[in-house]
Amino acid sequence: MKVTIDGISIDVEPGTSILNAARQIGGDIVPPAMCYYSKLAGSGGKCRTCLVKVSKGSEKDPRPMPKLVASCRTTVMDGMEVQNITSPEVIEARKGVVEMLLINHPLDCPICDQAGECDLQNLGFEHGSAKTRYEFDRRTFERIDIGDKIQLHMTRCILCYRCVFTADQITDHRIHGILNRGDHSEISTYIQAAVDNDFSGNVIDVCPVGALTDKTFRFKNRVWFTKPVEAHRDCDHEKCNGKVTLWYKGEDVLRVTARKDVYGEVEEFICNTCRFDKKKTSDWVIEGPRKIANWSVQSANHYQTLHPLPVLKTNPALIEANKEQFERETRL
Amino acid sequence: MGRKLLLEHINVPGINTFEVYRKKGGYAAVEKALTTLSPDAIVEEVKKSGLRGRGGAGFPTGMKWSFLAKPEGVARYLVCNADESEPGTFKDRYLMTHIPHLLIEGMIVSSFALGAHASYIYVRGEMMPQIRILERAIAEAKNAGFLGKNILGTGYDLELYVQPGGGAYICGEETALLESLEGKRGNPRIKPPFPAIAGLYGCPTVVNNVESIAAVVPIINDGGEEYAKIGLGRSTGTKLISAGGNLKNPGVYEIELGLSCEEFLYSDEYCGGIANGKRLKAVVAGGSSVPILPANLFLKTINNEPRLMSYESLSDGGFATGTMLGSGGFIAFDEDQCIVRNTWNFARFYHHESCGQCSPCREGTGWMEKVLHRLENGHGKMSDMDLLVDVSKKIEGNTICPLGDAAAWPVASAIRHFRDEFEWHVTNASEAVTRNYGLAHYADPLTKAEAV
Repeated sequence: MKVTIDGISIDVEPGTSILNAARQIGGDIVPPAMCYYSKLAGSGGKCRTCLVKVSKGSEKDPRPMPKLVASCRTTVMDGMEVQNITSPEVIEARKGVVEMLLINHPLDCPICDQAGECDLQNLGFEHGSAKTRYEFDRRTFERIDIGDKIQLHMTRCILCYRCVFTADQITDHRIHGILNRGDHSEISTYIQAAVDNDFSGNVIDVCPVGALTDKTFRFKNRVWFTKPVEAHRDCDHEKCNGKVTLWYKGEDVLRVTARKDVYGEVEEFICNTCRFDKKKTSDWVIEGPRKIANWSVQSANHYQTLHPLPVLKTNPALIEANKEQFERETRL
Repeated sequence: MGRKLLLEHINVPGINTFEVYRKKGGYAAVEKALTTLSPDAIVEEVKKSGLRGRGGAGFPTGMKWSFLAKPEGVARYLVCNADESEPGTFKDRYLMTHIPHLLIEGMIVSSFALGAHASYIYVRGEMMPQIRILERAIAEAKNAGFLGKNILGTGYDLELYVQPGGGAYICGEETALLESLEGKRGNPRIKPPFPAIAGLYGCPTVVNNVESIAAVVPIINDGGEEYAKIGLGRSTGTKLISAGGNLKNPGVYEIELGLSCEEFLYSDEYCGGIANGKRLKAVVAGGSSVPILPANLFLKTINNEPRLMSYESLSDGGFATGTMLGSGGFIAFDEDQCIVRNTWNFARFYHHESCGQCSPCREGTGWMEKVLHRLENGHGKMSDMDLLVDVSKKIEGNTICPLGDAAAWPVASAIRHFRDEFEWHVTNASEAVTRNYGLAHYADPLTKAEAV
């Protein structure tokens, strides 16, 4: 099936969503997604950041769709034409959605463990405005511990339902869900029961914000000071293959997570033993450094991209050439 | 005197019992449909009648029925949406309380037309008396052989179930209703797939409002063409209007669509005018989620033609100067009512009832409520009006279900038409908490088209 997104055409399998078609193209035209998670069936459609405009429904029925649609839950039709960053309407709507997501978010990034690897932070940086128009108290919740390894801070939650789907699909019984409704709804276990399951730690990885955090890593370090290294071990859990990312600070493994791709989605879910109990280099077979996208703040201090200013010379022609060279390098 | 189709026998004593209802010609439609008509013929008849969904959206019922997928070996369901919770609307409750057999009869005919063998009436949890009334009516009908196995010897089986909901407004949205009926959290589903393809338990399902299903009974009795003669243009038949607010005679009225708004509001047959000799200030014509109109724009369209109670005439002028028929929850406001307070009250309702699934509605409804609360209590700013319009625009159309639109429209329209009252709440803040703005110019005759 042929689909055109922002003027770029691609052939995809029938049944692909617009978002996944855009991801196959890659680059700027991929709509951001806060709630969609390709590994979790039924996720998506909730956060509305991935709204796009369908300017031509299909070859058969070329009428445009009347409203903006959630690209993660809309399947492509043959000949469909989609506008994402080329439509001012989409950009405006996305700005609105980001504003809505942020009005009740505490914006405590300086003290939040997720900072640096937070999807909402990246989204806000790209689409949000510098100032808020919201002048009221933000909703707050008490922090609760769900199990001895995971802490839930509902204040930061954007209700993407990813962890609920994880609990439904990855773990063998449902461990938590949504209580209440509207803007006072909260993720919770029923009467604060502990989350006890071999795969429960994955809710930390799927959480796009700092609502679910790893208690063994909380406040240990900022993520951009740590060094991600790919490693694996021979895990005896039948559903876990032990492929992880180790986050080093000096000689110490500060935390273990699943390997996340460029869209913040894990490649494979890992078990709690790998995640919480194996924090020595000797437990692991090191494969090499984990590649992090260049735009991510996690790669700060890891790559040298800027050369220092060349030594000043008095020759005017050389000064001009130096300037040009400096501009060329800083532009990249 | 307009024709009554649904409420013809409403004042007959004991019409809620099977015997009296049967004596008054009840269940004739079941006999006619099951013995003489084929399911497709019934759908055709409903299509011919031009009946439009009475729950609010006004989608033609016959079309909806014909969209129902009919794969082999898969059950089909009819679900009656009796989760009536729109502020200002109480027609379904009235119908179910006083003439429950009309709904049962409509359910049997509609289920037969759609080939459903198990049908559900999803009733709002707060309507406990109505649930008992319906269950009693179902037992009576079953006793008389109109429900159960082999109805009237035709070989058609139908079981009818009444399911109480938990009382959430969102469960009136059809996919949220189906989720709730399945025993899950009442969150709207993401469409497509539409319920006609995959609805209840993943099977093809039709969800219809109580009044739509009840209206099938006169359509079968008199024929679709006869029904289509009543009304005006594409608004055919009769409609129940639940009139409330500052009226002399509030209550549920059955009107022929196309009745003029002025007659409905002021004639003694219907609302009888505004109570206590006050003057009309504003009208919400179809339940809290439709745009509110000032008195002058409600009685006359922007082209100075008299406005009529029909789907088309009420929406004449689009969102700029029109409104919608909606679910028929007619609320009149007299000159002593404060539009700001009323808008805040509506916003409070939507904030409370938003399911919290998608972000614009979850966060935006709360935001609008807080800003309106501030305005109403004298702490508002001049920029708040533009902020509200902007927030409502950000919600509208960007949500999974229509609740976002329903929350945005009343706020946007109140500011569009009553901006000076909002501004007065800012400029005269201390006065605004002690007295109301009054009628001002909202009932003045329209002079020229408002700049939009």
